[in-house]
Amino acid sequence: MMTAFPADAILVLIEVMPSGALARSAAGLLGAASDVGTPVALIVTGADRAASAAQAAGELGAAFALTADPGTDSSSLAVPTVDALSAAADLVRPDAILVSNSIDGRDIAGRFAARSRLALAVDAVGIARDEEGIVAHHSVYGGAYTVDCAPTFGPPVVTVREGAVEVRAEATTPQVELLSVTPSGAAAATIESFEERAVTSSRPELRGAARVVAGGRGLASQEQFALVEELADVLGAAVGASRAAVDAGWVPNSYQIGQTGISVSPQLYVGIGISGAIQHRAGMQTAKTIVAINKDPDAPIFDIADFGVVGDVFTVVPQLIAALSARKA
Amino acid sequence: MKIIVLMKEVPDTYGERKLNLETGLAERGESETVLDEIGERALELAVAQAGQIDDVEITVVSMGPTTATATLRKALAMGADRLVHIADEKLAGADLGLTAEILSAAIRRAGFDLIIAGNVSTDGLGGVMPAMIAELLGVPHASTLSSVDISDGRVSGIRETDSGSMRVTAELPAVISITDRFPAARFPNFKGIMAAKKKPVETLTAADLGIDPEALDTPRSIMLAVSQRPPRAAGTKIVDEGDGGEKLAEFLVQNRLA
Ligand SMILES: Cc1cc2nc3c(=O)[nH]c(=O)nc-3n(C[C@H](O)[C@H](O)[C@H](O)COP(=O)(O)OP(=O)(O)OC[C@H]3O[C@@H](n4cnc5c(N)ncnc54)[C@H](O)[C@@H]3O)c2cc1C
Ligand SMILES: Nc1ncnc2c1ncn2[C@@H]1O[C@H](COP(=O)(O)O)[C@@H](O)[C@H]1O
Repeated sequence: MMTAFPADAILVLIEVMPSGALARSAAGLLGAASDVGTPVALIVTGADRAASAAQAAGELGAAFALTADPGTDSSSLAVPTVDALSAAADLVRPDAILVSNSIDGRDIAGRFAARSRLALAVDAVGIARDEEGIVAHHSVYGGAYTVDCAPTFGPPVVTVREGAVEVRAEATTPQVELLSVTPSGAAAATIESFEERAVTSSRPELRGAARVVAGGRGLASQEQFALVEELADVLGAAVGASRAAVDAGWVPNSYQIGQTGISVSPQLYVGIGISGAIQHRAGMQTAKTIVAINKDPDAPIFDIADFGVVGDVFTVVPQLIAALSARKA
Repeated sequence: MKIIVLMKEVPDTYGERKLNLETGLAERGESETVLDEIGERALELAVAQAGQIDDVEITVVSMGPTTATATLRKALAMGADRLVHIADEKLAGADLGLTAEILSAAIRRAGFDLIIAGNVSTDGLGGVMPAMIAELLGVPHASTLSSVDISDGRVSGIRETDSGSMRVTAELPAVISITDRFPAARFPNFKGIMAAKKKPVETLTAADLGIDPEALDTPRSIMLAVSQRPPRAAGTKIVDEGDGGEKLAEFLVQNRLA
C-alpha cells in the first residue's frame, strides 16, 4: 500500500513516554502543524502500542500516523528514531519536520538535520507559512528579542518549545501506516538502565505549565523546599527551581529554570526565595504575571515582578497557602 | 588519549546582551565577552581526566570571531594543551548546520578519542551541536550527562532527561555533552598562565578545512526579521507587615490566577 501524502504535509515526531502515553508536547506540535499544513505524525514505539498511540495522535489532530517499531534497537540512544525520521521524511516529502525541543528531541533533530543536510531551527515559539515556505519564530536572550528564521531552500527541521504553541488541531481518525525503516547502522550510545522520575500525577510538568512556582536558595534546605511544593499544589502549578536549589541537590536537574535550564512562559510564575539573577530571569521573564517573595527589597526579581512581597518566605508563604486554601474550602 | 573540548566565547550573561536589529548578529562591541561557563566546566572535566589517565592531550576547538583568541587563551592557562581557533569573517552568522560542519572538520583534522561539549551554550541556546557533530563524525553521542566515567575505551555516565535519568555508555571515539551539575572550573594560576604562552595556537579559516561557507548547494537557516521586545516594568511591591500572604492571595484571586 502506498499512501499519497498531501503536498502541504508537516511531519511531526511524536515522543512516546516509557509508559506508552504520548508526551505532552504532542498536542502543541500537532496544533502548530495543523496551522500551516496537514499534520503527519511519526510514532516510534513497540508494535503492541502502535495502534493506540496512533489513535491518540489522531485525537490531537494527526491526519496520518506512521508507526515504526525500533525492536531490539530500543536500547540505542536516538539513532533508531533518527533512522525512522529519515525514512518518514523520504516517504512524506514534508514542508517541514517538527520535533519537540526536549532533551531527546534536540538530539534527534540535531542528528537528523546533520544527516539529511536540512536547515535546522531550534527552540521555536511558533511557526508560520509565507509564500516561500515555513518560517520559525524564536524568542532569544531571555525573550528580549524576537527573531524569524527560514531555510534558504528545502524543508526546515524545527524544534518547538513545549507550551509555546497554544493552537490545538481538531480531532480526527488518522490513516495509519507501518513505516519500514532500514537501520543506518550509525554508532550509538547504549541505554543501560532507565529510572523514570516518580511523577506526582496531580502536578503538571514544568515544560509548558500554565502556572509555575519556583524555589531558590532562600528555602535553605531540602525539607523546607517542601513549602514550594505545597504552594504549587494549592495553585495547581508545576514546581521549578533556581540553579542554586538544583546545585544544592534539593530537586533534580529537570527543575532548573533559566539560561541553562528550561524556559517557561506560564500565565503565572511565583518565585520564592529567588534573587532573580539575570540567568534565571532569562528563563521566566516572558511569564504573563510574575510574583515574587524575597526578604531583600533590592533583589533584582522585584524589577520585573507584577506583585512583589518583601518578607520572609517562612511566614508569607504559609499564610498565602492558608488564605488560598480557605477560599477553596 | 586525544580529548577535544568544544568551547566558545559568548557575550557575558551578567551584562546586557544586544542583537543588531539589522543583521540579527550579537553586538560584540556592546557587551563584555567571556568563555562560556559550560565550556569551562567541560574543560575542567578534561583536565581532571588528564590527571588520572596517562597520555592525555587536550585540544580546545572553537569557532568564533578573530578577536576571541584573547578570551580563548584562558583555556590554555586552565590546562588545555593546544587551541584550534576557526576564525573567518565568512563564518559570521553561520547557522547550526555550517557550524557543525566546520567544527567536525576541525575535530577530524586534529584527531580525537573523546569530544566534550556543554549541553547548551548561553548565547545559542541550541543544545544540538554535540548531536550534530556526532552524526557528521559517525560516532555515538551521550548528551546532558551529570556524571562521567571514562575507562576501558568507553565513556559512560548518567544522562538526565525530561522524564528521568538513564545510565548510558558508548565506545570511544564518542561525543559527550555535560550539564552544569559538573563543578565550575578552577581559576588559572600563575604557573598556568606562564605555561600558556608557550602552547600552540592554530588559527584556521573555512578554506583551510575545505569548506566554502558561501556554497549554495546546502540549505542554510537565515534570519528574516529581528525585533526587540519592550523590557518588563516593575509592578506593585509591598513590605510584609503581617498580612503579606493574605494580600498576595487577594492579588492572585483578583487576577483569576488562583
Ligand atoms: C552561565 C551561567 C548560567 C546560569 N544558568 C542559570 C539557570 O539556568 N538558572 C538559574 O536559576 N541560575 C543560573 N545561573 C546562576 C545564577 O547566576 C544565580 O547564581 C542563581 O540563579 C541564584 O539562585 P537563587 O536566586 O536561588 O540564589 P541567591 O542568588 O543566593 O538568592 C537567594 C535569595 O533568597 C532570598 N532569601 C533568603 N532567605 C530568605 C527568606 N527566609 N525569605 C525570603 N527570601 C529569602 C535572598 O534575599 C536572596 O535574594 C547561571 C549562571 C551562569 C554564570
Ligand atoms: N562556535 C562554537 N565553537 C566551539 N564549540 C561550540 C560552538 N558552538 C557550540 N559549541 C559547543 O556545543 C555546545 C552546545 O552548544 P549549542 O548547541 O550552541 O547550545 C557548547 O557548549 C560548545 O561545547
